[in-house]
Amino acid sequence: MADERRRVAGPVHVEGEVVATKRVGGYRHLTLTAPGLPERFRAGTFVAVSVAGHIARRPLWIHRVRASSAFGPTLDVVVQVRGSGTAWLAAQPVGTRVAVTGPLGRPFALPKDPVACLLVGEGYAAAPLFPLAERLRERGCGVSLVVSAPDEAGLLSALEARRSVRSVTVLTADGSVGQRGRVPDVVDDLVARSDADIVYAAGPTAVLASVAAAAERAGSWSQVAVEVPTPCGTGLCHGCALPVVGEDGVDRVVRGCTEGPVVRGDRVRWDALGAGS
Amino acid sequence: MSAPLPGPVMVAAGCGGTGRELEPFCGDDGLDGLHVVTRSITLDARSGGPGPRVVEVPGGLVNAVGLPNPGLEHFLATELPWLVRAGARVLVSIAGATMGEYADLARRLARAPGVAGLEVNVGAPDDVGAGLYEVREPFHSASVIAAVRREFASDRPVLAKLRPDVSRIVEGARSCHEAGATAVVIGNAVPAAFPDGRAGGLSGPAVAPIALRCVAEVRRAHPDVPTIGCGGVRDLASANAYLDAGARAVQVGTALLHDPTTVARLRATLRTTAHLPGPEETP
Ligand SMILES: Cc1cc2nc3c(=O)[nH]c(=O)nc-3n(C[C@H](O)[C@H](O)[C@H](O)COP(=O)(O)OP(=O)(O)OC[C@H]3O[C@@H](n4cnc5c(N)ncnc54)[C@H](O)[C@@H]3O)c2cc1C
Ligand SMILES: Cc1cc2nc3c(=O)[nH]c(=O)nc-3n(C[C@H](O)[C@H](O)[C@H](O)COP(=O)(O)O)c2cc1C
Repeated sequence: MADERRRVAGPVHVEGEVVATKRVGGYRHLTLTAPGLPERFRAGTFVAVSVAGHIARRPLWIHRVRASSAFGPTLDVVVQVRGSGTAWLAAQPVGTRVAVTGPLGRPFALPKDPVACLLVGEGYAAAPLFPLAERLRERGCGVSLVVSAPDEAGLLSALEARRSVRSVTVLTADGSVGQRGRVPDVVDDLVARSDADIVYAAGPTAVLASVAAAAERAGSWSQVAVEVPTPCGTGLCHGCALPVVGEDGVDRVVRGCTEGPVVRGDRVRWDALGAGS
Repeated sequence: MSAPLPGPVMVAAGCGGTGRELEPFCGDDGLDGLHVVTRSITLDARSGGPGPRVVEVPGGLVNAVGLPNPGLEHFLATELPWLVRAGARVLVSIAGATMGEYADLARRLARAPGVAGLEVNVGAPDDVGAGLYEVREPFHSASVIAAVRREFASDRPVLAKLRPDVSRIVEGARSCHEAGATAVVIGNAVPAAFPDGRAGGLSGPAVAPIALRCVAEVRRAHPDVPTIGCGGVRDLASANAYLDAGARAVQVGTALLHDPTTVARLRATLRTTAHLPGPEETP
């Protein structure tokens, strides 16, 4: 007995096309068509993209979707070149066809009530926080956004987000723009100032761990978007081990791509994930 | 007694998630009628190995996932009923630390509603299946198959999944068949190392020629032993290579991790080609 509703809501695997590519700071922003995918998007989900000559997929956060454009519905991703796969992606011209699977993973959970929310994002990983901010604002939540990076080139622009949030804090480790500092050093202050009931975070493991700990100290909920090496992205291979504590208090290893990537911050076993790296 | 042979396209063990994650990529039919081999199930839950569990190498993947699974009890209560409801023909892959565990797993699965058959994992690369019964000798594999067969109804298939080791495959296939295996799955991840030297298993296109050679050898020596090819199947050509060599069906693993629609597409294509060995009765 096929569950039709589930299949409609579930991810798709389609041939997409690069319809725009733009260098912004240290990143490459790609706009892709992917029939059926943007319509299913929820903030915090990601796509798995195929790279020529490679078997494993490359997971990328969905930064934004447009319901309509000259190319129909599109989605944007932000690529930071790390190895051969991201280098290939960043170099593709408009017109390149790529296999795209998504939206994948559990999205950010949204509060039912219009509560105060703090969103902390570092580097490219801040990408899913922008559409999240819009959803939260639609629900009447007061949103404080923190965008952080080692330097200016690593910052995602918060210009557009200013419309949907109450306050924006820009944080760079080298002080090149905004406030000088790193998330772990200022996070308690940020949480206190925002008076947030829920703290959302996306970024490197050390940043997520510090935010989760600060939220717990302040008695707030936290939702963190965790990145672990992800071979397939679809939940098929069990390769993306994410150590958590289950609701029953028992240690478990779940799939980052399927039971995550967004999980409650107090559920992650940060030490087993090697937080601090 | 005869048991139907699954196929012609099956989902290989450990590469279809719990089934739920695969279903959205299987088109209108979903999992209906599809032969799905589960990831290997052990009596007790296993959390799997440390990361990185899977890395890419030219031509394939090296994995040391470590057989993560919720244990038999939990599998029977949750994953199996879901698969059955989705219409999948479920072949449960089993792995044990002792011969007794294999027999135990088989006995309890024989009573579970909806189990279409068993696949006995007697060929995991060393260390990847750390703690598993030592079945490298064909004699040991055959004893496991015999123990499983005693517990599992003879009208349902028991598949023996062997490592594609050409120096042992002929004897292994013959002895497992004699011990009661309905067919022999030839192919598993091939013992290999991660770039950092850790033990793992190689899968994907790189291993296809190795498993194909094994299928051909078994076919030559024992044409009466039904075989199922597994290793690097990703398209019609790679599937047909096994079928042409005498395999009765193929399993798709790594290709699903690259393109989760592979099984649905192959199923649709093979249905319309002349090869189709189909779910025949074996003598
Ligand atoms: C849920 C999620 C969302 C992500 N979103 C983005 C994004 O929006 N923008 C961005 O630039 N990067 C993102 N990443 C990280 C990005 O996927 C990796 O940097 C990329 O896969 C590395 O591929 P490569 O070939 O360039 O590097 P290599 O080091 O050559 O990668 C080799 C292999 O390791 C895997 N891998 C290595 N490091 C990682 C990692 N940190 N995360 C996942 N897989 C890894 C790759 O998938 C590939 O299979 C995300 C990761 C995850 C898990
Ligand atoms: C991530 C991963 C997990 C696997 N898990 C299992 C398993 O639980 N049991 C098993 O018998 N084989 C397992 N295998 C082996 C595959 O089922 C298959 O035999 C092998 O990978 C070769 O086929 P392929 O090249 O199509 O992947 C696994 C392979 C991979 C890549």
